[in-house]
Amino acid sequence: MAQSLRVALGQVRPVLGDVAANVDKHVTIMNEAKQQGASLVVFPELGLTGYQLQDLTLDVACTLDSPALQPLLSASRDLALDVVFSFVEESRDHRFYIASAYVTRGSVQHVHRKVYLPTYGMFDEGRYFAAGQQFATVDTAYGTMGMLICEDAWHPSSPYLLAHSGARVLLLPSNSPARSVTDQGEFGSQKFWRQLLQVYAQLFGVYIVFVNRVGFEDGVNFFGGSGIVSPDGAWVVQAPSLEESLVCGDLHLANVRRARYTTPLLRDEKKDLVLRMLSRIVRREGGEL
Amino acid sequence: MNPEIQRRLQLDEALTVAVLTAFIREEVEKAGFSKVVFGLSGGIDSALVAYLAARALGAERCLAVMMPYTTSNPKSLEDAQAVVEDLGLPSLVVPISGPVDAYFAGMDERLGVPATPLRRGNRMARERMSTLFDLSAHHGALVLGTSNKTELLLGYGTQFGDLASALNPIGDLYKSQVRQLSRFVGVPTAILEKPPSADLWQDQTDESELGFTYDFADEVLYQLVDLRLSPEELAANGYDERVLQGIVRRVQRNQYKRKPPVIAKLSSRTIGVDFRYLRDWGQ
Repeated sequence: MAQSLRVALGQVRPVLGDVAANVDKHVTIMNEAKQQGASLVVFPELGLTGYQLQDLTLDVACTLDSPALQPLLSASRDLALDVVFSFVEESRDHRFYIASAYVTRGSVQHVHRKVYLPTYGMFDEGRYFAAGQQFATVDTAYGTMGMLICEDAWHPSSPYLLAHSGARVLLLPSNSPARSVTDQGEFGSQKFWRQLLQVYAQLFGVYIVFVNRVGFEDGVNFFGGSGIVSPDGAWVVQAPSLEESLVCGDLHLANVRRARYTTPLLRDEKKDLVLRMLSRIVRREGGEL
Repeated sequence: MNPEIQRRLQLDEALTVAVLTAFIREEVEKAGFSKVVFGLSGGIDSALVAYLAARALGAERCLAVMMPYTTSNPKSLEDAQAVVEDLGLPSLVVPISGPVDAYFAGMDERLGVPATPLRRGNRMARERMSTLFDLSAHHGALVLGTSNKTELLLGYGTQFGDLASALNPIGDLYKSQVRQLSRFVGVPTAILEKPPSADLWQDQTDESELGFTYDFADEVLYQLVDLRLSPEELAANGYDERVLQGIVRRVQRNQYKRKPPVIAKLSSRTIGVDFRYLRDWGQ
């Protein structure tokens, strides 16, 4: 298993509702990423569709065998490049999920369906989408990775479960809007993400690959600022705010090993205690206790 | 029109009129107004609005405004007058030729080219809107919109012109349903039977400008919008793909006319994004 890999962050501005145009853009970036020596390229949440889909949801939904996705899968195979892309996945029984797929050489290894659908404030995901039911890891040529989508990461149990399932790298496509310009130097929402990811990387001894889109949708602006955080909480690389870009960063899994030896929080975690306590809390909330 | 779709578009006329008259009454009263004002062009849409408003509030609480331009078909004003007489509506005739011509006399000179018919038509529509909102302030009367669902979906109207209003009682009625309801409420036959026209220039008809009939548009739009069929499914059912795509593109391209202006989100609570209240806030 490779101990190092170069990851490309495809910080794109998707065209709302135009899957073919977005697949084209993904393929173009995959070619560039390959030229820059990347082994894996990660794209933002709903990079193939745009975010505020509303009633476009029905039009853009794909299954993994949809012809629309094939150029992207072919590019992964032809370029021998792993790719994480995100789209609206329609299940056989016609539920619609915000999903991201991990693809190795044209073959889909894993699909993560977004578990936490924000439906508050400016967000309306619960109106259109079904919620995923699990956090599962995917075994890649570069070790075990965990997949989350945006709001999933605002629940600390998500990275917790993935880290304890063996993930050493967390892949995190996002669509985070720029909110609050009253802080200096970065958006309020961006600051929250930066702090959150630094803490997670250190608490769980993982690399985090955060890929956020850019561009406006009806006045809502996505800040970009994609980046990679190492297990010591430092940013390996960071993409600019507000503009499309492709940046690459190198992951050295030896850093995960060192971090987990130096600060063995995963080792010391009392999962039995957590399970016992959670079980009690759930039973009490259900009126059993 | 496909008979099955025609059947599905058939309204329960009495029930529809009951809803729309209750709507006009409640909205006007909630807004703290007692009257309504609307443009009356001589066409079927504004005629239907006039009959609904008169039923909802009584003729004396309505003001019908006829705003002809030099090139408007004189028959339009005659037809509008027939509605005014039939309902006993208070009315005003406010010709818009003066202000519109004065504007273009100056602007054509500044730009060095004569305005296109489209620009002239838009200006007329906005002059009429401007007049209605002025009368709204003078009379304490809410402006009623007269755009139907077919026009709104096709974007066949002038933004901030005829598309502007405080409330629109017929915005969820397809053109064919406007015709049905107009017959029911007693709109004069001359209006029911003439070809629809924006009357912005001589011999203009909506259907020749659009390139398809309203019946065809209604049939397609009903399936695309109400039944959520895809253009591909409609094409498979034998509709001409070129005309179909034309309609699909119009609906998509004109979405901006159906939305308020876009605000760039900066703060943590942005009007229209996460500052959300109904217009009926507190009412």
